[in-house]
Amino acid sequence: MIALILAQTIAITGGTVYPVSGPKLEYATVLIRDGKIAAVGTNVTVPADATRIDATGKWVTPGFIDGGGQMGLVEISAVPGTRDGSLQGDTIAAAFNVAEGVNPASQVIPVTRVEGITTTLATPSGNLVSGQAVLLDLAGATIEEMTVKAPAAVVADFSENGKDEAGGTRAGIVERLRGVFRDALEYERRKTDFSRAQMQPLGARAADLEALLPVLHGQLPLIAIANRRSDIETALRLAREFKLRLVIGSAQEAWEIAPEIAAAGVPVLVEPLDNIPSYDALGVRYENAALLAKAGVKIVLMETDTHNSRNLKQEAGNAVSYGLSWDQALRAITLSPAEVFGVADRYGSLESGKVANVVVWSGDPFEFTTAVEHVIIRGKEIPLKSRQTELLERYRKLPPSY
Amino acid sequence: MRTWWTVTVALPLAVACASGGARPATQATVPAPAAADTTSANRVQYASTYRRHANPPVLIKNATIMTAAGQQIANGSILLRDGRIVSVGATVVAPPDAVVVDGTGKFVTPGIIDDHSHLGVYAAPGTDAESDGNEATNPVTAEVWAEHSFWPQDPQIPLAIAGGITTIQALPGSANLIGGRSATLKLVPARTVQEMKFPGAPYGLKMACGENPKRVYHSRGPSTRMGNMAGYRAAFIQAEGYREKWDKWNKSHQGDPPSRDLKLETLAEVLRGHILVHNHCYRADEMAQMLDLGHEFGFKIRSFHHAVESYKIADLLAREGTGVSVWADWWGFKEEAMDGIHENAALNQQAGVRVIIHSDSPSGIQRLNQEAGKAMYAGQRAGIAVTEDQALRWITANPAWALGIDSIVGTLEPGKMADVVVWSADPFSVYAKALQVYNDGWLVFDRNDPAHQPRTDFELGQVLTTGEDR
Repeated sequence: MIALILAQTIAITGGTVYPVSGPKLEYATVLIRDGKIAAVGTNVTVPADATRIDATGKWVTPGFIDGGGQMGLVEISAVPGTRDGSLQGDTIAAAFNVAEGVNPASQVIPVTRVEGITTTLATPSGNLVSGQAVLLDLAGATIEEMTVKAPAAVVADFSENGKDEAGGTRAGIVERLRGVFRDALEYERRKTDFSRAQMQPLGARAADLEALLPVLHGQLPLIAIANRRSDIETALRLAREFKLRLVIGSAQEAWEIAPEIAAAGVPVLVEPLDNIPSYDALGVRYENAALLAKAGVKIVLMETDTHNSRNLKQEAGNAVSYGLSWDQALRAITLSPAEVFGVADRYGSLESGKVANVVVWSGDPFEFTTAVEHVIIRGKEIPLKSRQTELLERYRKLPPSY
Repeated sequence: MRTWWTVTVALPLAVACASGGARPATQATVPAPAAADTTSANRVQYASTYRRHANPPVLIKNATIMTAAGQQIANGSILLRDGRIVSVGATVVAPPDAVVVDGTGKFVTPGIIDDHSHLGVYAAPGTDAESDGNEATNPVTAEVWAEHSFWPQDPQIPLAIAGGITTIQALPGSANLIGGRSATLKLVPARTVQEMKFPGAPYGLKMACGENPKRVYHSRGPSTRMGNMAGYRAAFIQAEGYREKWDKWNKSHQGDPPSRDLKLETLAEVLRGHILVHNHCYRADEMAQMLDLGHEFGFKIRSFHHAVESYKIADLLAREGTGVSVWADWWGFKEEAMDGIHENAALNQQAGVRVIIHSDSPSGIQRLNQEAGKAMYAGQRAGIAVTEDQALRWITANPAWALGIDSIVGTLEPGKMADVVVWSADPFSVYAKALQVYNDGWLVFDRNDPAHQPRTDFELGQVLTTGEDR
């Protein structure tokens, strides 16, 4: 890849390094070469040709990973032509992989990455089975260059939104999914019969059934969007029944059954600042993330407002205010999402051999006082520029010089 | 809903966006209309029944007192009595019956004011039954009053109180060119909206530019921005005629009085300067058009709301004396919101514009302190000088000004209403939480005391709190 050929050798020296995989290191060096982290420690030899970043007094962390949103799939929310996150006309849209709809030229990408978010899950929405989510790095000229993992998960909607696609009742959601899952397994066993049209009609298109097989074989997680406690329990039940690798998304009332979720070993994607009650989740509250973590649930934080994915930091800070430990919060936006989305061998911590997504901060990354000083994605330093920084420069002095 | 899977549905319905009582010695900055020059019949209209709760004096001591009046006092004290701030300073003498609050390590600010809220008019849960913010049946509905939609049992109200909010402007939405009257409310537990109406506060009028009215009325008009302008002008031309008729009759009392028209009555009060205009408007060029509309009819726009492009015309806004009520960072959800930048508030402050950080959101209203911090530090990082006192004024004194109540609330100064928040840390920190909220001296929220954590009727029996189980 061209990006790798051009990649620099960079040594970030003297900073307080938060590897996430281990305790923080004072006055440590992070050495980056050929897009990868070459070494992390207090005793790292810096090669002569390395570009040095003096991080004395600074904080160094992995690039943050947003576990939700629609990065690259929506440019202007109100303009349908710029929205590519939802497939119309297919209730079981399992084969819908959002990747080929991603716009690497999206203006939202630079706005986000200059604030230290380097990777996001781009998630399909709508329908009962929404489609396949992909994990993207926020750099790269092409979809292929951006892609970290595609698909990273299949998304299904167990919330009140999902029931619109399932006959208007919650029971319909799980009944429909059971049928489709059984059909997918049946289809797999009898592909020849299927191609000879010797099967009863199936509950979804062949392509969608095919796309569900990795989920049914436990190779790909199913993200079940569920908020009401009973809907979360339904998702857990279905996952037991079909031996799924389940992830609960949104999960607003999850805190009410945190021990049960922990016992099932199911991770949860949480938006900490969710607390407006709806009939889908009257129990929604700020302490959700902390109470889940306390019970031993692996949590991943999200900022689902795609344009402000950068506020993942504020979500994390508020989660800390409401009981999560600072270290847990950092893990929930770095290593935990990497684990949940199946890329922890390459992402989520500052360890030798991992992809070099690294951010240098002036202080605590969750604080508003803190500036992002350097962003490195796949070993390349990213210019801290976006359309918004250009607007600032143009209008800093009035009248502007056009 | 901020959730991604509802994004396609929740979308530009961001249309959502968008007197009486005895209090001697304090006057609203905008005088309440005298009977002689009001167009309405000489009668009381939906008067405030707000009453201060009797409370013992409260002394908060050894705290960092941020006055929003130019002063920050380390290890300071503040005394509240009978709903008033009695004294603020390094040493304050308290009466023996005062409740003493140890503020060591804590920060004290004025109560937070949100001049753009839809609490109560778009209550939670967000069902059709609770959707009372947009009378989207006509592009000009100056005749509707937000207070007549307001539901005091909205479970979002205690959440906002826990964020340090003491006063809100509840506004109609932005579907209409002229959406109706706003209500300025004390955010206190109450059975009726009348019990919440801020005594002496003038009314506001909600107007909206740009995409929302154009989209909502596309088939019947207005369907263009020029159609929007024609709509405002037609309404104010009518209002001028109505005002003249009533002025004439009020002077002479000859013959039958003109018949009363609720829509024009409100607009005539705008022309008289008694009702403050709050104008939802994103684009710089449109704000300039609206300022000219004000010139044409002789009224002032008090504040442009959302105003994501206001930094482009901050010089013009400063000259006109119109404030801006902005977010710290919202952008991108529609075309007119594409040019939002983090430094908007700071650039306006630098140019001398009155800046307000508003929420337009039941979620955002709970952390206006954080949003102000975000905007302040973004400005400072860009080399724009903004002080903590100025940024605090963005959520206290300046919204108080926008609502015409800045002589009553908005700063910690002797004589002001005792709307006070005690914070666990510097309120501009992401980790700061409101520990205590005093509204007119009444402890309406105490994070460490369930006896001061009011719950709405709605929550009883169906919304769990910590420690409760089903």
